[in-house]
Amino acid sequence: MTQLKGKVWVFGDDIDTDAIIPARYLNTSDPSELAPHCMEDADPKFAHQVAPGDIIIGGKNFGCGSSREHAPLAIKAVGVACVIAESFARIFYRNSINIGLPILECGAAAQRARSGDVLTVDLAKGIVTNLALHETYQAAVFPPFMQEIIGAGGLIGYVRYTLGKEKSPDG
Amino acid sequence: MGMTITEKILAAHAGKEQLTPGELISIPVDLVLGNDVTAPLAIQEFERIGVPTVFDPEKIALVPDHFTPNKDIKSAEQVKVMREFAKKHKITHYFEIGRMGIEHCLLPELGLVVPGDVVIGADSHTCTYGAVGAFATGVGSTDLAAAMATGEAWFRVPETIRFVYYGKMRPWVTGKDLILYTIGLIGVEGARYAAMEFTGEAISDLSQDSRFTMANMAIEAGAKNGIFIPDAITKEYVQGRAQRSYQFYDSDPDATYKEVIEIDVSQIEPQVAFPHLPENSRGISQVGDIPIDQVVIGSCTNGRMEDLRVAADILTGRQVAPGVRLVILPGTQGLYKQAISEGLVEIFIDAGAAVSTPTCGPCLGGHMGVLAKGERALATTNRNFVGRMGHPESEVYLSSPAVAAASAVMGRIVGPCQVVGKGCQG
Ligand code: SF4
Repeated sequence: MTQLKGKVWVFGDDIDTDAIIPARYLNTSDPSELAPHCMEDADPKFAHQVAPGDIIIGGKNFGCGSSREHAPLAIKAVGVACVIAESFARIFYRNSINIGLPILECGAAAQRARSGDVLTVDLAKGIVTNLALHETYQAAVFPPFMQEIIGAGGLIGYVRYTLGKEKSPDG
Repeated sequence: MGMTITEKILAAHAGKEQLTPGELISIPVDLVLGNDVTAPLAIQEFERIGVPTVFDPEKIALVPDHFTPNKDIKSAEQVKVMREFAKKHKITHYFEIGRMGIEHCLLPELGLVVPGDVVIGADSHTCTYGAVGAFATGVGSTDLAAAMATGEAWFRVPETIRFVYYGKMRPWVTGKDLILYTIGLIGVEGARYAAMEFTGEAISDLSQDSRFTMANMAIEAGAKNGIFIPDAITKEYVQGRAQRSYQFYDSDPDATYKEVIEIDVSQIEPQVAFPHLPENSRGISQVGDIPIDQVVIGSCTNGRMEDLRVAADILTGRQVAPGVRLVILPGTQGLYKQAISEGLVEIFIDAGAAVSTPTCGPCLGGHMGVLAKGERALATTNRNFVGRMGHPESEVYLSSPAVAAASAVMGRIVGPCQVVGKGCQG
């Protein structure tokens, strides 16, 4: 299944949605316009230096604040493959699943990782390995209902599928 | 087994006798909401679903309030997307500039959210409507898109934390001070994923406006929703406004709570939250000497009549300190008009304040009072994150309208007692 490998960017606790994508850029929802400002108020260098496939590590309560889906969209658009945190704020968590940005709650992996470490992530099994530290961790797994949404590529795919099913019961 | 008010509202919508925290449910919603930041994205996603019509044009509210009246070309384009969608799908509750207000002030005022409702909004402060005994929670644009197509949303039934407020409130202490104090106590993730139920003898006397303020900030403690048990005060507010029939729910005496937290309100002084988290709250006596450049009174947290009246009370016959900008934003056109007819707007202008048409504006650093590098603001809003009101090196402090108005007069953060003296002990 999906195996990710990427370099780590570590951020602290309570990284809010204004830090992920400041409201001054919210007069658009075009991901390519949001990407250059991703994490701007937390680390102005980030959007310029991050490489496709890199991994964001957050502490507690990652993504707290507003409901703006622009936050996970900006992270996805800048090329980040996965966000791992000790815990996520609920709307950010929900939005990430709904738009198909892989996220994992894994306290041990988040606490141990240092910027620049390389991690591999097995999304289906929730297994995270820190290659620099030679350590492996088990993340919380998604309940079946959320796995269905993830499997459909996000909520829109899931709704298309369920609506389609209702319309053609034999299909 | 007993249930909390949150569990009961969700159970009623799920068509079940009993629900327990942790269960995943997909239920019909009574109203879905989007604004000029979140709706354009939701509309784009809605088109991808491929259904020809929305589930119910009467159960969708679209409010352009964040960057409106449009501050630039891009925001004008965003609102245009909303306007055209509303027209195409005959959305009843689309609010054009001149009729709109900040969404969380507007929808309850117009009776579009009522007790017992399940409401989702693509805006994190949708939790405000818990103040009238509804289950209301913020979601993202994709959730809004799915709900506009299906009329349903999925939830994990939250555990409930019960807050019991007792004792007598000190002069000038309002709902804002209770909620800032509470967030200071439990932290910005103290109620993560949970319902916050606000109860106790101090709450039974609390005004409807102060209840809106408290429910509004439940999200700042990470909560899924904040809720009050509807009572006579709720009834007085919703009667004559409600556009639909409503139902009052109450928590059972044997309901299960994750935690019960008791708070003696007589110990709470007016609060100020320091940058850059709402949990950094402390009593006004512990603030020290903090000069300010700007004061903002308004937002979905504190832009209602009680807020405007208390500000006017303090500003009557006084002047905003030299070098300080005071911006006042009534929450809706209705509130704006009432503030004019009560003579409050005249008081504000005489004091040297800028009074604006309703908008979120400076609350999210949009327009109407954005901060420059190194500037410091005191605001009655709900968030003081880095860069929230403008430059990443500016600062936002949070308080009630009383503290904000008093501070505007003094040019530094002070309690109302230092300006008015009346009704203050010691
Ligand atoms: S007033 Fe501020 S917090 Fe409220 S909806 Fe507008 S931007 Fe959000």
